[in-house]
Amino acid sequence: MLPVVTAPGDVLSRRCQEVSADDPAVVALAADLLATMAVSPGCVGLAANQVGVPWRVFCVDVRGHPKTGADHGALVMVNPVLVSATRKERAREGCMSVPDFTGDVRRATRVTMGGYLPGSGDEIEVVTDAFEARALLHELDHIDGLLFLDRVAGPHAVHPRQTYR
Amino acid sequence: MPSIAVTVVGHDRPGIVNRVTAHIADLHGNLEDSSMGLLRGHFAMTLIADLPDEESMQALEDRLAPLRDEGLTVSVIAVPGEEPHDPGLLARMSVHGADRPGIVRGATDVVLRFGGNITGLSTRLGADLYVLTADVVFPPGTDLAAVSELLQGRMSELGVHATLVADDEDVL
Repeated sequence: MLPVVTAPGDVLSRRCQEVSADDPAVVALAADLLATMAVSPGCVGLAANQVGVPWRVFCVDVRGHPKTGADHGALVMVNPVLVSATRKERAREGCMSVPDFTGDVRRATRVTMGGYLPGSGDEIEVVTDAFEARALLHELDHIDGLLFLDRVAGPHAVHPRQTYR
Repeated sequence: MPSIAVTVVGHDRPGIVNRVTAHIADLHGNLEDSSMGLLRGHFAMTLIADLPDEESMQALEDRLAPLRDEGLTVSVIAVPGEEPHDPGLLARMSVHGADRPGIVRGATDVVLRFGGNITGLSTRLGADLYVLTADVVFPPGTDLAAVSELLQGRMSELGVHATLVADDEDVL
């Protein structure tokens, strides 16, 4: 399990670099991200810069979450690109890198995102909805140097976290 | 029909909102806009209400007196009616980073320089992170990119991250 960087952290506020999906170091990072996510309570996504690596890589896994519609299991995306995003809805979300707060954020609930799989380097396109769509957009923001705090829906949309730390 | 502003600040406990609003309702007042929350654990409430007559205002003062005796700071003041603000360019400002003096002052300096009016603002302090979010209305035609550039520069000098974006109001 890798230690998670919490805000304020410079690596969280910078756009991450594209990498080669078949680079062994990227494959190792993908495994570490999945392992760290799996052992972190409530965590459904983790971006590379959240563990201090400024690469355009993230993972999501929303299986079993009550808000999940479509899901693609434990998924790692390298160099992801947003293709389309529609039907915004507001919901409260948290982040391992912002342990003290949650925030109300409007995000698309229908998302198509392209990218590459680590190792094989195969190009993929994920078409999803609901909670997985939100998770993908949250993680894409991370590697663009944005936190949910940059997208909260107004001055009264940041809340002290009530639950796990 | 006089409009009043009621503020209540103090140690949080169950029942404060119920008691204040019950007194207003008993006096046939009408609760309009209100904002209530916990600030570092302190209960803080501001509300605007209409009362049926001048006598009701003194009656409300009397009814709220026990709250003062319980350690809450309570004020009841008459307020004039306000005209709606002129429409402008709505923007949302977010600033976050390590806490240090001058963040709010620096951000609002930039807003003021462009003639912006802050219509909502909230700050939160966590263990290691300070967060500011605000709604700002700028005069029509304001170059929000220029505001954003200056804001990011000023906030960068303070070592914190800032974003300012046009706030879309989708009509569905």
